[in-house]
Amino acid sequence: MKIGILALQGAVREHRRTLQHLGVTTVDVLYPADLQGIDGLVIPGGESTTMGKLLVRYNLLKPIAELGRKGLPIFGTCTGLILLSKHINGSEQYRLDLMDTFVERNAFGRQLASFEADMEIPALADIGDNAGNNTPFHTIFIRAPYIEKVDDKAEPKVIPLLTDNGKILFAEQGNLLAAAFHPELTDDTRVHAYFLKKVRTLKP
Amino acid sequence: MTELKKETGTENVKRGLAEMLKGGVIMDVVNPEQAKIAEEAGAVAVMALERVPSDIRAQGGVARMSDPEMIIGIQKAVSIPVMAKVRIGHIVEARVLEALDIDFIDESEVLTPADDVYHILKSDFNVPFVCGARNLGEALRRIGEGAAMIRTKGEAGTGDVVEAVRHIRQVNEDIQRVVSATPMELMTIAKDLGAPYELVVQVKKLGRLPVVNFAAGGVATPADAALMMELGCDGVFVGSGIFKSDNPAKRAKAIVEAVAHYKDAKLIAEVSKGLGEAMRGQSVAHLEEKDKLAGRGW
Repeated sequence: MKIGILALQGAVREHRRTLQHLGVTTVDVLYPADLQGIDGLVIPGGESTTMGKLLVRYNLLKPIAELGRKGLPIFGTCTGLILLSKHINGSEQYRLDLMDTFVERNAFGRQLASFEADMEIPALADIGDNAGNNTPFHTIFIRAPYIEKVDDKAEPKVIPLLTDNGKILFAEQGNLLAAAFHPELTDDTRVHAYFLKKVRTLKP
Repeated sequence: MTELKKETGTENVKRGLAEMLKGGVIMDVVNPEQAKIAEEAGAVAVMALERVPSDIRAQGGVARMSDPEMIIGIQKAVSIPVMAKVRIGHIVEARVLEALDIDFIDESEVLTPADDVYHILKSDFNVPFVCGARNLGEALRRIGEGAAMIRTKGEAGTGDVVEAVRHIRQVNEDIQRVVSATPMELMTIAKDLGAPYELVVQVKKLGRLPVVNFAAGGVATPADAALMMELGCDGVFVGSGIFKSDNPAKRAKAIVEAVAHYKDAKLIAEVSKGLGEAMRGQSVAHLEEKDKLAGRGW
């Protein structure tokens, strides 16, 4: 299995480390040619305006959006969640326009509001060594976005995997997975393993 | 529904923001208009300050924290993180910036030091700090005080990259020494470096600094920025180099692209075309020792 990591900017190294720890081959995606032959793509955290502009300038936005529409599994963290979304509140910035979600950027506030917390994520119950014994996931949110609401009419449906007071912090829709937090900043590999399970399931 | 126990201001969230800036360019701006140009060019953050280092150098006088009103104006103008500088050791300037909800503080030798003995105990703050370093010992002392990010000191406001190169090469050389040492040798190395022992042990384990390390001080061209990435920096600060050049918007964009694709010489050639004159600058070799900023702090 080969997983691409969008490597224009941001926490690329951490995703690479986590994925390699799970035994998959990774490839840094900098040019459209790097997308050939990948079974899934990770969009790391970083600055969404920066990454959006670089995606456009290097002709990656359209090919990735096209692959996403055709069913390529894509996992976005933080910035990745923003870029995957069809709707970004109050912003015209570039996006992949794939998930039927309405995203609020810097939704918790500026850096001083960044936080970490243990969260129960039921979807991770049968993932990894701890299968059947679901311990909380240690989540790290940095100037994080959240999904404010979803388009209920969308097919396939957007399924929230973690919510806090009505805000969606982790969700999936068909081949797409999006987290407002940064599993790559911890040693816990379960969220990435959950994505790889999706990749295996969807692989033709 | 999950009831969250949220912890803010932790080492994880402070270092984490720095991790998100990797592969990016942080630009000095003196007003909201420049901040917007920087954001539009693809900057990952802006550094709000009243005078860029080359002006501080030219005009002299005491350089202090910027006017809060100007910082707030910049915070309103852009959605990317906003950083600002405090004088070395100036605890109250740091508290003021924290009260302004600033995203990152640079305890900077570019401003006139407020304390010639002690740096700020940065672990006391919820806001993350970045500090300059010329070698591994200095970097680890700052990290020991709680810095969440390190940058080379370089020689700010000169447009001459030689000092930044010297500093990153020195850090790399020091790290190599730590990595190749046996565990028995680490305490002596810690003593030689003047660095906390536990952090030296951590560097050996990681093979790099425990926090992100950016280039700063003298970067003026896309090729300069790419050079610093090639030497192992995680990203680049550009101070006077952008808004003291002929075409700031174009140069800013070119530097962003050169950092993202620092190994791609063809691309750097392409983006470097027709940028107009870079900042004129001054050679560090012709600076008198007393005029060098890098010697501030220890």
